[in-house]
Amino acid sequence: MPERIVIQPVTRIEGHAKISIYLDDDGAVSSAQFHVTEFRGFEKLCEGRPFHEMPGLMSRVCGICPVSHILASSKACDNLLGVEVPRTAVQQRRMVNLAQLVQSHALSFFHLSAPDLLLGMDAPPEKRNVFGLVERDAEFARRGIRLRQFGQRIIELVGGKRIHPSWGAPGGVLRAIGEAERDEIRGWIPEALESAEIAIGRLKGVLDSMAIEIEHLGNFPTLFLGLVSPEGGLEYYDGVIRIVDGEGNAVAEGLDPQRYLTYLGEASEEWSFMKFPYYKPLGYPGGKYRVGPLARMNVARFAGTPRADREMHEFKQRSQGAVCESFHYHLARLIEILHAIERIEEITQDPDLLGSNIRARAGQNRNEGIGCSEAPRGTLFHHYQVDDNGLVRSANLLIATSQNNLAMNLAVEQAARYFVSGRSLQEGMLNRVEAAIRCFDPCLSCSTHALGQMPLVVELRDAGGALLDRARRG
Amino acid sequence: MSVKTLEIDGKMVTGMAGETIFSVAWEHGIHIPRLCHIGGISDVGACRLCMVEVEGQRKLQAACLTQIEEGMVVRTDTPRLKAHRKLIVELLMAERNHICAVCVANGACELQELARSMGIDHVRLRYRFPVFPVDTSNERFGMDHNRCVLCTRCVRVCDEVEGAHTWDVFGRGAGSRIISDLGEPWGASESCTGCGKCVQVCPTGALFDKGKTVAEMRKDRGFLKYIVTAREKKQWIG
Repeated sequence: MPERIVIQPVTRIEGHAKISIYLDDDGAVSSAQFHVTEFRGFEKLCEGRPFHEMPGLMSRVCGICPVSHILASSKACDNLLGVEVPRTAVQQRRMVNLAQLVQSHALSFFHLSAPDLLLGMDAPPEKRNVFGLVERDAEFARRGIRLRQFGQRIIELVGGKRIHPSWGAPGGVLRAIGEAERDEIRGWIPEALESAEIAIGRLKGVLDSMAIEIEHLGNFPTLFLGLVSPEGGLEYYDGVIRIVDGEGNAVAEGLDPQRYLTYLGEASEEWSFMKFPYYKPLGYPGGKYRVGPLARMNVARFAGTPRADREMHEFKQRSQGAVCESFHYHLARLIEILHAIERIEEITQDPDLLGSNIRARAGQNRNEGIGCSEAPRGTLFHHYQVDDNGLVRSANLLIATSQNNLAMNLAVEQAARYFVSGRSLQEGMLNRVEAAIRCFDPCLSCSTHALGQMPLVVELRDAGGALLDRARRG
Repeated sequence: MSVKTLEIDGKMVTGMAGETIFSVAWEHGIHIPRLCHIGGISDVGACRLCMVEVEGQRKLQAACLTQIEEGMVVRTDTPRLKAHRKLIVELLMAERNHICAVCVANGACELQELARSMGIDHVRLRYRFPVFPVDTSNERFGMDHNRCVLCTRCVRVCDEVEGAHTWDVFGRGAGSRIISDLGEPWGASESCTGCGKCVQVCPTGALFDKGKTVAEMRKDRGFLKYIVTAREKKQWIG
């Protein structure tokens, strides 16, 4: 009899979700779905608000990556004003964006995924967490926590607060920083670089033992999308969109993020609150693409900083074309941490960082504004339409995690097909299905423009939908 | 004018006849909470936060409207008064949409400060979540009725200090709303001089400078004392 296994809630991810695994009459996996079960509706609740409040309002979409939303929102508002943002503000925004990337990636790697990678996929669940990691290797865990602290501290020093800083604003930023803040940031750099390189070494050291997971946790060709600099290097704040296919061939170059609606579409499915974006020229669901660290490694030709360039060069050798194994999101994430630290160091050497001209002032000059930047999990778009009095008529957010939705569903199905057998449910097997999701480091509060933390349940259902068995944790 | 002596919170204090309990208390360092009162304009007793107990009187009295009398015994900080004030602030919070985290006046709001000082970390009443418009038709300022507590400071300062009387109160009860002129959008008001005094005296983020983002709005109320002193005493000092 066909059956359905449900993993709910999914653990060690950011948000609420469940996984359904459908079994055929022989107990083999026939398909799987990743459902996002939370709903928030930010796009609706900002209607009627003055657009100047949007960076602060949108920051509240997510407590992990508030900076990403502040930036994309501020950029959309810069657009509404029609101004050029002063260089000091741009440098601050760039630095805080990178700091956010470091802290978010450190959280994903050390706190959420390292327990699987360093303690083993089959380690007992009660040990397979950050405390288990501390028990196994306190110094390594400490470095991870410190790396996250480094990112958070920069956000605090520049933005005034670690989470939801009141700092971003249309036309620039609200606070100038001084030498003391800059020097403290510089002081962190050597330790942060060392920690990032140690983590990269540790991960590379276990990759050989993870060959099966690498092969089966979301390994398939898709398109990859991300911002690149005009020269084709890694870029997180500005730049143009580049899309490559699974072979690494450019599908589109130099796309203007302002025109995203002409090449990106969003589909909906009734079984998930998260939308399904796709690349329009290839249709739905054929135009599935991935964003985030792995996509950025694939779309950019180089990093532009020495240490990250060495790692990125080696990373690209892992495949003939694009690196298609979602498992390598982890390594891509660590290389990005390294790159971000190097870039932060560069920015601290720019005298313009300390300027006092931090905000361009203007009245409203446009009725439509689009802001785009790279968030830790991928390319983020904020799109606002405002009336002549500056009140928001409609808002559209295209979130990184939702752009990975099609790929995440595929990854869950691939992992389930390989690791799950309906005849004997074992915890380690389900953990691998979850691990497929963790590769993407999804942030579901963002992707539903919605709130939460993520716990996991697995249900076994027959073809009629009757519950046969249920496993819960979290 | 005669001097009157009275007791406030066990402390013997003196004031001039005609002064209110509120002003005499503040002159002697006894800070009674308030929201609608602001020095320099008339008092209306709208917020009821300054209610005090006067010995011999069964009802509570609004300190901002009650004149001192010889031998009065006043208590400003009893458990009963504290409970009343806390409830008043919670009612205000529940009545409209006061979301501090995304408010322009976050960190510089008198309602927020009152709630903080009273230890209000949650509201026991059900929020009404009314739908109120935001008026940003004025070129320089905005009015967000969601954050208005109907203290009428804006109405009074516009009438008594600026002399324009652009603002007034429309409707009844919880449906009351501040309007400009006869209900036109602020930007279409013929009486508004654009002075911005209303924005500065507003205790919350209801009236704000257009273009201010979350937590950016700061209010400067020093002008009021300056203008009133200049007008009444012909002394141009702050």
